[in-house]
Amino acid sequence: MTEEFMGFPRPKGQVGIRNKIVILPSVVCVNHVAQQIAKKVENSVAITHPLGCGQFGHDFNYTIKTLAGLATNPNVFGVIVIGLGCENLTSKKLARQIKRAKKPVEFYDVQEINGGTIGAIEKGVEIGKKMREESAELKREPFDFSNLILGLECGGSDSISGITANPAVGIVSDKIVSLGGTSILPEFTEWIGTEHLLMKRAVDQNVADKIHSVMNSFLDSTMKIGIDFRGVQPTPGNIAGGLTTIEEKSLGTIAKAGKVPIQGVLEYSEAPKKKGLWLMFEPGLDVESMTGLAAAGAQVIIMTTGRGSPTGNPVSPVIKICGNPKTCDWMKCNIDVDASSIITENKSVDDIAQILGKKLIDVCNGEQTQAEVLGFEDIAIWRVMNFPFSAFKI
Amino acid sequence: MNREDNCATALATISKDAEIEINGTRIKLNEDIEIGHKITLKDLKKGDLILKYGEIIGIAIIDIKAGDWIHTHNIKSHYLEKIKND
Repeated sequence: MTEEFMGFPRPKGQVGIRNKIVILPSVVCVNHVAQQIAKKVENSVAITHPLGCGQFGHDFNYTIKTLAGLATNPNVFGVIVIGLGCENLTSKKLARQIKRAKKPVEFYDVQEINGGTIGAIEKGVEIGKKMREESAELKREPFDFSNLILGLECGGSDSISGITANPAVGIVSDKIVSLGGTSILPEFTEWIGTEHLLMKRAVDQNVADKIHSVMNSFLDSTMKIGIDFRGVQPTPGNIAGGLTTIEEKSLGTIAKAGKVPIQGVLEYSEAPKKKGLWLMFEPGLDVESMTGLAAAGAQVIIMTTGRGSPTGNPVSPVIKICGNPKTCDWMKCNIDVDASSIITENKSVDDIAQILGKKLIDVCNGEQTQAEVLGFEDIAIWRVMNFPFSAFKI
Repeated sequence: MNREDNCATALATISKDAEIEINGTRIKLNEDIEIGHKITLKDLKKGDLILKYGEIIGIAIIDIKAGDWIHTHNIKSHYLEKIKND
């Protein structure tokens, strides 16, 4: 692996691998406005979502933090925030959070424009085109990997993911960390049964205690509302594929995080405080995970998939690696790195890790992933329950 | 996956009576093994721990012979067992 990539310099010392304009609705009601603007502004993306009003408490805070995090991801050059005008999450409030990153931010509300949504689209296109012109003047420069945050994701896993693609990702993640970079492993529901191993890898006792306490408090509080997460895994599909126990499945999952020490546990969408490997407390729907990773500042995500997942992200490129020969053949257009030769040609996990490492550099340098080529740009934000279920009983 | 493992995962579907060599030991399969499923590499007694990735993935609930398919019928979670006993 060469030790540099070509990225875009950003304010506050950040480095992007894409140079996007984000069109960000603060509320679901103006998703359509954002989408229409994005269609007419080159290199822009609308981050649409079903939220922004009627929310409160932790749930509302996570939404704000996540939308602001996506907009401040280093891959973003500038942001246009669009509100309706009567929602909880105003465009002004969201823009204020984004301004902390010192990048170009504009905001306005549709109800304040004489011309309704048609006028709002025209205004957005005008601002967007100007922002695009400014962004196009920026050139890529060489940076080392200490500037990179890598997200480690899996989705549509099968029984061979854990012995093919996942350990290959672990090797690449360890390499990034050894070059001074950062990696984040989300999806805590898939660490269950391996807590003792993660705790052993904690940089100090405080971090080990934190891993133990977040897992236990989650499992205890969900037990109180009648859900035992320990009984959910492995799923019937996993069992049919050969995975027998929860700890076996989790060992395959955490293989993506290699062998390096764990610096700490992040909240959903929280940016790492220093370099190295981090865990993110997040419950495990892949689109939600990747949204949280990108909001935490990950410029690139590697996702292993066995059965074949096409998902992407609006701000961070998602590299798909797959170890299943049939999926690599049938879903070729959705896969970036074919790891099935571990099975079909007796290739080693190290061989595949080398190919994946090269792909990672190419993507950092600007090569599009298949999810980017095909236009997969969905997000999902983790909803945090404010009430126990019993409160809703009629 | 690890030299200490006492099980191995099939990277292809393998028929009964086929002989495979793992870490210098030859093992004859006692039954058909589907891709992704596991076999034992040595004779195991009820209560023995099953190792994959060099880590515990389960505990034998009956005696198991080398070359047997291992799955939910003859091993169970060691993690869940420990929680139950805590």
